[in-house]
Amino acid sequence: IPPSHLFAGLSDVSISGDIAVEGEINVPVGTPSQDKKYSTLDEPVKDTILRDLKAVGKKFVHVMYPKKSSALLRDWDLWGPLLLCVTLALMLQGGSVDSKEDRGPQFAEVFVIIWFGSVIITLNSKLLGGTISFFQSLCVLGYCIMPLTVAMVVCRLVLLGGSWGFSFIVRLIVVTASFSWSTFASTAFLADCQPPNRKALVVYPVFLFYFVIGWMILTFSPSA
Amino acid sequence: MASSDGNKNTNTEPWGGFDDNIIQGTGSAVIDMENMDDTSGSSFEDMGEMHQRMKEEEEVAEEAEATEEETGEDGEFLGIKGIKGQLGRQVADEVWQAGKRQASKAFNLYANIDILRPYFDVEPMQVRNRLIESMIPIRMINFPQKIAGELYGPMMLVFTLVAILLHGMKTSGTVIREGTLMGTAIGTCFGYWLGVSSFIYFLAYLCNAQITMLQMLSLLGYGLFGHCVVLFVTYNVHFHSLFYILWLVVGGLSTLRMVAAVISRTVGQTPRLILCGTLAALHMLFLLYLHFAYHKIVEGILDTLEGPNMPPIQRVARDLPVVATAAMNAVNATVKTLVQHISIA
Repeated sequence: IPPSHLFAGLSDVSISGDIAVEGEINVPVGTPSQDKKYSTLDEPVKDTILRDLKAVGKKFVHVMYPKKSSALLRDWDLWGPLLLCVTLALMLQGGSVDSKEDRGPQFAEVFVIIWFGSVIITLNSKLLGGTISFFQSLCVLGYCIMPLTVAMVVCRLVLLGGSWGFSFIVRLIVVTASFSWSTFASTAFLADCQPPNRKALVVYPVFLFYFVIGWMILTFSPSA
Repeated sequence: MASSDGNKNTNTEPWGGFDDNIIQGTGSAVIDMENMDDTSGSSFEDMGEMHQRMKEEEEVAEEAEATEEETGEDGEFLGIKGIKGQLGRQVADEVWQAGKRQASKAFNLYANIDILRPYFDVEPMQVRNRLIESMIPIRMINFPQKIAGELYGPMMLVFTLVAILLHGMKTSGTVIREGTLMGTAIGTCFGYWLGVSSFIYFLAYLCNAQITMLQMLSLLGYGLFGHCVVLFVTYNVHFHSLFYILWLVVGGLSTLRMVAAVISRTVGQTPRLILCGTLAALHMLFLLYLHFAYHKIVEGILDTLEGPNMPPIQRVARDLPVVATAAMNAVNATVKTLVQHISIA
């Protein structure tokens, strides 16, 4: 039967009132994000950890060669800063256990200094009119502690060989170099988010922050 | 977090309607703190209240719409589904809304950093100029001097002072028994800045001086610039006579500047004297305290570095104990002679 005959009688059918119609309407749009979310829940833990580690490692590389890229800012994470902070605090702990002499900074002290210092610098940069978000700034400042952690390792190694005459000079040079590297790296990321004439106002607290951490590293003397 | 959408456009009438932008505070620096010598306004609470009123108006309007829709639906369903289910849900909803409102009120009032935003609205040039001006006392004390109400400079100066103190403490081998070096340095500097500001503000309130808390914080903060300079120099160059000269000159200049600014805003001889004396004493004594309490010249190191032919003034670790021991020796000698005289006689 040709289709026109099928529907011929329908043209003058009128329906009054509402008729409840049951059924399902499915729009067959592929939702890949939904699938991905569920699939990452089911993947083995090793994959998750490796993926996060790779992201962290990529950001470390960005800090080592600070170019004006937005990778650190776009996918911020706080794993790297936590790792660096804990490593630094562990290595700085217990400068000298002898109660007569000055105690070195304890773990909690270093931890608190790093995190509260970062919070204060972030608040300062936001108050000065910055366009960076809170956690992005924490992420950048945390990752830029990496040169100082490397300097800490080097100082530890230098001190392992006993405190020979020039060890202080060597440590001073290493710490100064890494602290200026840290400041320069974080400035490369942070200063872009500021109005151009206020960059100095944002850079100065960052400089102070890394200076204090560098001072803690430089004055570290292991317990005899 | 920073942006606010305070403009509600209620253009429902055909002729345009009123725009609902009565309160326009968006948090950026609308008030020019420099030219306004206003001692009564712009406290944190005032700005927070303004902001809060704005938010509340928005929220109330939104809620009115929302509850209208809800009660409309509820009216229809009440007959079919029964009272218990719907009413319970409504009550729970109301409780949640009320709780959220309270929490957001508290949060907006105290944790809103937009309140502080105007106080950080500075240019590097301004900060530099104010740093230099803090060392130059102005003689005009019959007309209220202009005090910048800014918090960036003072905060940075306090942190710089902390860093310099740490450097001084460490290079001189200061021993801190209770607590830590870092904690002591931060506590001392911030405690001085906040505590002495509050105390002088309280005294100013008693003596009827026209100065706000913000201006006092700013004035004292910039006064710490002199302290930073003196300590930075004397922690590295260990001459006691140099320290005394710098204490008098640099410390004196910054104290004079602060004192002149405060005096220019006070009326009457006695109040002026009280304020001036307290502020000067606290400021100068703080510098003295910072130098002597946290900076002990380690004699051994000096001896090995500079050899035995050092001028005697540099061998002295602290002036105060030497004076004390000299006084003790003098007292001992006089007592001995007195006893001898008495025993002979």
